[in-house]
Amino acid sequence: MTQAAAQRRGGGGWHRFANPARFRRIAGAVAPWASGLAVALLLLGLALGFFVAPADYQQGETVRIMFVHVPSAWMALFCYTALAAASAASLIWKHPLADVAARAMAPIGAVFTAQALITGALWGQPMWGTWWVWDARLTSVLVLLFLYLGYMALWQAIEDPAKAAKACAILAIVGFVNVPIIKFSVDWWNTLHQPASVLTTEGPKIHASMLWPLLVMAAGFKAYFVAVLLLRMRTELDGARLRALESRLAAAE
Amino acid sequence: MKRKQRRMWLLISALAGLGAVAALVLVALEDNIVFFYGPSELVAKAPAAGQRLRIGGLVAVDSVKKAEDGSVNFAVTDGNNTVPVLFRGLLPDLFREGQGVVAEGALDGAGLFLASEVLAKHDEKYMPPEVAEALREQGQWKGEGG
Amino acid sequence: MQTFRDFFDMGGYAAFVWPSFAACAVLMIALVVSSVLRQRRMRARLDEVEKLVRHAEGDEAA
Repeated sequence: MTQAAAQRRGGGGWHRFANPARFRRIAGAVAPWASGLAVALLLLGLALGFFVAPADYQQGETVRIMFVHVPSAWMALFCYTALAAASAASLIWKHPLADVAARAMAPIGAVFTAQALITGALWGQPMWGTWWVWDARLTSVLVLLFLYLGYMALWQAIEDPAKAAKACAILAIVGFVNVPIIKFSVDWWNTLHQPASVLTTEGPKIHASMLWPLLVMAAGFKAYFVAVLLLRMRTELDGARLRALESRLAAAE
Repeated sequence: MKRKQRRMWLLISALAGLGAVAALVLVALEDNIVFFYGPSELVAKAPAAGQRLRIGGLVAVDSVKKAEDGSVNFAVTDGNNTVPVLFRGLLPDLFREGQGVVAEGALDGAGLFLASEVLAKHDEKYMPPEVAEALREQGQWKGEGG
Repeated sequence: MQTFRDFFDMGGYAAFVWPSFAACAVLMIALVVSSVLRQRRMRARLDEVEKLVRHAEGDEAA
């Protein structure tokens, strides 16, 4: 027996059927908790952000925009990192759930990236004096949005799901180069955007009274991501099953 | 397993190559990527009068002078070098002495920077006003603005 | 009432603070709604095709 055939009989078969079924069971159990947690954390975060957190000594009340801007930006980078990791898993191990996860993640990441850009403009205008500048941080985040949109468009453009998965995985991995550029743009080049406030080697530079609401909001965004991801993965799996059944039906006729 | 390992190494080396190419491109394009030059960089570069560029730094303390006609004189400093700036227009809310600033414009023949746009650049520290006040009083921290 | 107005005013930055939160709320809720609708549509189509497959294969067995 050739190695490829052994793989098809052994790992491949188990992957293709047992795993998505088990995923469905686990996802079905986790999804309600993730949704509930997301709602609770986001409401708590908003309450802390508006009623407990003080105004900033320089930026006044505009600092509250941070409570949506920063978690959005973090999730934009997190989603892309997860998208690239899932794409690598798809190319290397051919795990069917990896493609499903990657495809389900892209629109979520695109929404977070759009939020980071919109709230950033609304924060930049009153504080910096401009909605937008072409500095390294802002430009690289705009590139991230286009990567997400390009990834989603590529899935639509290629009809054969296996070919589409491969092309999209390669695009996602190539685009990952942009993630460290975004993160370190503020350290490598002169930018209008200030350096990192929370994830620094010297520890957070935000007072605890503002840091806690921010972290609660960030946790809420993460829970929201898990809830929406599980739902979208279910739809992708149903879609794969639909395609399989339709081809069976066509063969039977 | 061997094929999977081969695929993994192929992917890792492709990514490393891609990273190297990206790094080379970014280093080559550095002059286009930086958003502004500091006063010392400006002195070192000595751009021709009239060439459009941006300078950034801190607004020097006691340098801001507002004239009757609405124009503002101030100096941008990085501690070593200082560039005088003339600007007519709307200043951002965060424009203060000791505060970060980025100005777009060009040098005139005499070394005065004629700015057409002034943006505020703030740092990465966030805290309530009382904490900033307390830190200033203890002399532990030279706060910006105020 | 004064404190409520102060809160809404956001220190004069209401035009920037509230749209930021509104934009995030709209986008995040829209993503949830579209994901739920997509799942429902997919489920309905899948049920339909599953029924057809049962019919087709039931006929073959008979």
